[in-house]
Amino acid sequence: MLLIKCPWCGERDETEFSYGGEAAIKRPLKPKDLNDKDWADYLFMRKNTRGLFLEQWNHSVGCRQWFLVERNTVTYEIISTKRMNSDALNSEDSQ
Amino acid sequence: MQTNRLNQGGFIDRHKTLRFTFNGQSYFGYQGDTLASALVANDIKIVGRSFKYHRPRGIIGSGAEEPNAIFQIGSGATTEAGMRATQIELYDGLVAKSEKGWPSLSFDIAIINDWFSKLFGAGFYYKTFMYPAKFWKIYEYFLRRMAGLGRAPKQPDPDHYSHQNIHCDILIVGAGPAGLIAGVSAGKSGAKVIIADDQAMFGGSLLASKEIIGGQSSEEWIASQVEILKTLPNVTCLPRSTVFGYYDYNFLTINERCTNHLSEFTAGKIRQKLWRVRAKRVVLAQGAFERPLVFPNNDRPGIMLASAVSNYIHRYGVIPGKNAVLFTNNDSAYQAAIDIKTAGAQSVLIVDSRSEQPSDMVDAAKKCGVELQFDAVIRNVIGNKSIKAVQISAYDASDNTCKDKAEKRDCDLLIYSGGWSPAVHLHSQSGGKNKWDNERHCFVPGKPSQASSSIGSCNGTWILEDCLKEGITCAQEMVTNLGFKAVDMKLPSSKKTKINPMMPLWQVIAKDSSENLPKQFVDYQNDTTVSDIYLAVREGYTGIEHVKRYTALGFGTDQGKLGNINGMAILGQALKKPIEQIGTTTFRPAYTPVTFGVVAGEDIDEMFEPTRKTAIHDFHADRKAPFEIVGQWLRPWYFPEDNEDMLSAVSRECIAARSSLGIMDASTLGKIDVCGKDAVSFLEKIYTHDVAKMAIGQCAYGIMLGEDGMIKDDGVMARLGENHFYLTTTTGGAANVMSWLEQWLQTEWPHLDVYMTSLTDHLSTIALVGPNSRRVLQTLVNTDLSAEFFPFMRTCKSEIAGIAIDLYRVSFSGELAFEVNVNSNFALHLWNLLMKAGKDFGITPYGTETMHVLRAEKGFIIVGQDTDGSVNPLDAGLGWLISKEKDFLGKRSLERADSLRKDRKQLVGLLSVDNKSVIPEGAQLIEKKATSGPTPMYGHVSSSYYSPILGHPIALALVQSGRNRYGEKLLAVSSDAKAIEVSITKPIFYDLKGEQQRVE
Repeated sequence: MLLIKCPWCGERDETEFSYGGEAAIKRPLKPKDLNDKDWADYLFMRKNTRGLFLEQWNHSVGCRQWFLVERNTVTYEIISTKRMNSDALNSEDSQ
Repeated sequence: MQTNRLNQGGFIDRHKTLRFTFNGQSYFGYQGDTLASALVANDIKIVGRSFKYHRPRGIIGSGAEEPNAIFQIGSGATTEAGMRATQIELYDGLVAKSEKGWPSLSFDIAIINDWFSKLFGAGFYYKTFMYPAKFWKIYEYFLRRMAGLGRAPKQPDPDHYSHQNIHCDILIVGAGPAGLIAGVSAGKSGAKVIIADDQAMFGGSLLASKEIIGGQSSEEWIASQVEILKTLPNVTCLPRSTVFGYYDYNFLTINERCTNHLSEFTAGKIRQKLWRVRAKRVVLAQGAFERPLVFPNNDRPGIMLASAVSNYIHRYGVIPGKNAVLFTNNDSAYQAAIDIKTAGAQSVLIVDSRSEQPSDMVDAAKKCGVELQFDAVIRNVIGNKSIKAVQISAYDASDNTCKDKAEKRDCDLLIYSGGWSPAVHLHSQSGGKNKWDNERHCFVPGKPSQASSSIGSCNGTWILEDCLKEGITCAQEMVTNLGFKAVDMKLPSSKKTKINPMMPLWQVIAKDSSENLPKQFVDYQNDTTVSDIYLAVREGYTGIEHVKRYTALGFGTDQGKLGNINGMAILGQALKKPIEQIGTTTFRPAYTPVTFGVVAGEDIDEMFEPTRKTAIHDFHADRKAPFEIVGQWLRPWYFPEDNEDMLSAVSRECIAARSSLGIMDASTLGKIDVCGKDAVSFLEKIYTHDVAKMAIGQCAYGIMLGEDGMIKDDGVMARLGENHFYLTTTTGGAANVMSWLEQWLQTEWPHLDVYMTSLTDHLSTIALVGPNSRRVLQTLVNTDLSAEFFPFMRTCKSEIAGIAIDLYRVSFSGELAFEVNVNSNFALHLWNLLMKAGKDFGITPYGTETMHVLRAEKGFIIVGQDTDGSVNPLDAGLGWLISKEKDFLGKRSLERADSLRKDRKQLVGLLSVDNKSVIPEGAQLIEKKATSGPTPMYGHVSSSYYSPILGHPIALALVQSGRNRYGEKLLAVSSDAKAIEVSITKPIFYDLKGEQQRVE
């Protein structure tokens, strides 16, 4: 069971969290300008990365905040967790 | 008569006699015995029949590795299946039955499988029972009976189980010499330590030996270490506790058996406990398993591992045989020969596959009168139900075969040892790899992948002094690392034994081909033989994971603790590859089987899931309404009067609501308060309709779509102020919708100034429904409820008897109706006031069933019943809700080619042609005429009821191109009813113009 550091509450068991999949999928600002293929890409296509992966988690039975987790999908190692509004990959104030 | 019991020795109390039964026969053992040691003491040779060939089998081991002595313990509700006799502590009155053997252990009819075993090679299930396919059910019945697996009790388990979460600095798995000294060393530094061992007593391998440690006997040394641990408040000792799972981030699970050793059932006490441990560091000191040797008929009763023999002698005062032959390829097994000779065996012969070399063990064996034969192997075993003799042949190490000439030696016990395999299970579960060690001929733990260390024999360290040294060093490093001050520990002295290297001997190969030899068993639990592995290779299986699945090697409840390494090495021989290229199969939790009871813990019955009751629940219960569980809520289903059945009650309730006045508890609706200066722009993105155009005080029916364009949830929402809204959701969807809204707000639009609060429990909702609802409500409120001031789809604040309320003129029945929201603390009081006020109009409480009938008569959908995640608003006939102007979640998806298909399933109404038959929900709709080939299925029935006001059945359905098929006739078919002819109509049956809910 993962031990996840909520950037608001600290380390908690995985059972307190829910998973939100791949992070940083930006919703198109003007969906109607997209053709079917591009819209389907946004809607359905996910990277399914092997290795370092940026994903969203929600502290659903805690503070209910969504936050970012950088995790290795092979080893399950969590590299860092960050608040949602911080710059995901380049921020210095990790955790 | 315990014929094999010694007069002295062992950790047993000869004054406390315990009676037990095995397969109906009574026997006696002593306090301190395991079931296995008591059976050996009573000279019980056959304890089970093998899985496939039903060969008689005896006890081989003395711990978690035991593959044969697997029993059903107890009877009735407290019976347990698949229990290893070697790990069951004896108690008075214990009842054990072998799981295989029919009609009896001694004569098992299925032994014919052994005689015809050529038919039963690896994969025989796949090859033999394939045809005809419909016969599988018959085959399965007999196969299961023959396989003789244990039986689960039919009654509920009366035992109590518990869970406990705990954090610690260091968790030590195994309290043998290495684990014990690591525990003392870490404990003295002040670190919070848990030390768990699956046995009743700490000490591990030392319990089965007579070592001298630091000048003390092993018994005294163990006692002194345990004493130190017990005095340290920061140390938790857990005997009878198996660490069975090692998961991510040093999370481990321990199964503690608290009262299993006392009796079959201990009322009022916790039977077993699941410890959920998060450890900063983990010390793995579980020890090692001795390997069997592989030779013809190596499964006969009376064959036992060397370590088990020492264990039975030293720990339980039991001698498993009088005339023993010991077959070994290593020095450690010599101890068993010495032990059994010293304990009083008449003759002991060691057959060693190696050439003679001087060693301490050879000298010691000779000194106590053990005979020795080198360069020799056992090539066959004589005796079926118990061992009578062995055949010994000279062994030629140069070509790895034994000579044809064999010499017979009578014996009643064959002891064997093929070396040791470290218990790398937990290390592997934690993600660590194992590496093959070519000197020690075993897999040893590689680099740990989590904060853990393997020490002692589970690290491949065999010498006691080295084990103790590893224990101290490991503990000191860990505590220092964690910021504690390591305590100086003196390494206790112990005997230094010179040991000769072992010889890898994976299989005794005779000059003639292994094909014609008697069976050589690799995995006892699954009857996997050497020839099965060769067969798998001949049939093209080369990977160990494939061979495992084809031959069932390592598939038993012992998970191959004895057989796996031999199996891998033999596969290596068959493929002519070194074992390091074969690799191991994956080790998974649980290390030994765990009961469902302890996994469930307290989370059963009413503790399984929370029950939610509305504030008005007591009224429903008083009226004896049956309850329906909806999203954890208990909702009244209908309110029977006198001896009414459901149909009469629902009919009465429906007619009352349509003709005069009904009242319903709608409190379970999801309720969300939304405010903030960006509330409008947020909700514009969420709902499909134009939220910005709503006037203050106006209500709207709104739907939310997923980004895929499918209906996600629906409900009435109201604008309470410029930037203040009140949303309702479906009962079941309340929590999901809230989470989903939060996700969009936090992850996509964090710049929006919006605040959301769930009011689901805070507010209760009472619906007053029917033509007389306004008249009755008006008697209680000062607000003018006339259509002029309070028209359909409006909300306002008001009060009843001094209680603040929110009024909504909305309708889920198609009738003139009002919903009253009130603080839940006042809800029951307000309900009673309304009941009183409506008395003269025959106010009738109704439940979810009537609610469903009323809404279905109007064609109002229930999300999740009439929709299923593949229904978009156009399919559901809700196109009128979709704003042309703005963007909202899912809008783009409504333009996708798939959404524009002409043959999408659309919501329609159905009428039974006979005007009588209620169509089963879930029925499939097909063509009336029989067609060749697969029958096209046009859709299914989603809602179906008898409509009391109309006097005939009605249904809603999703049908391909449904709106173009009004008037067409189809057949509704389901597995539990006759086919019903139906005709397709518009999805509305009553008050087609919708005048009643808008009544002036």
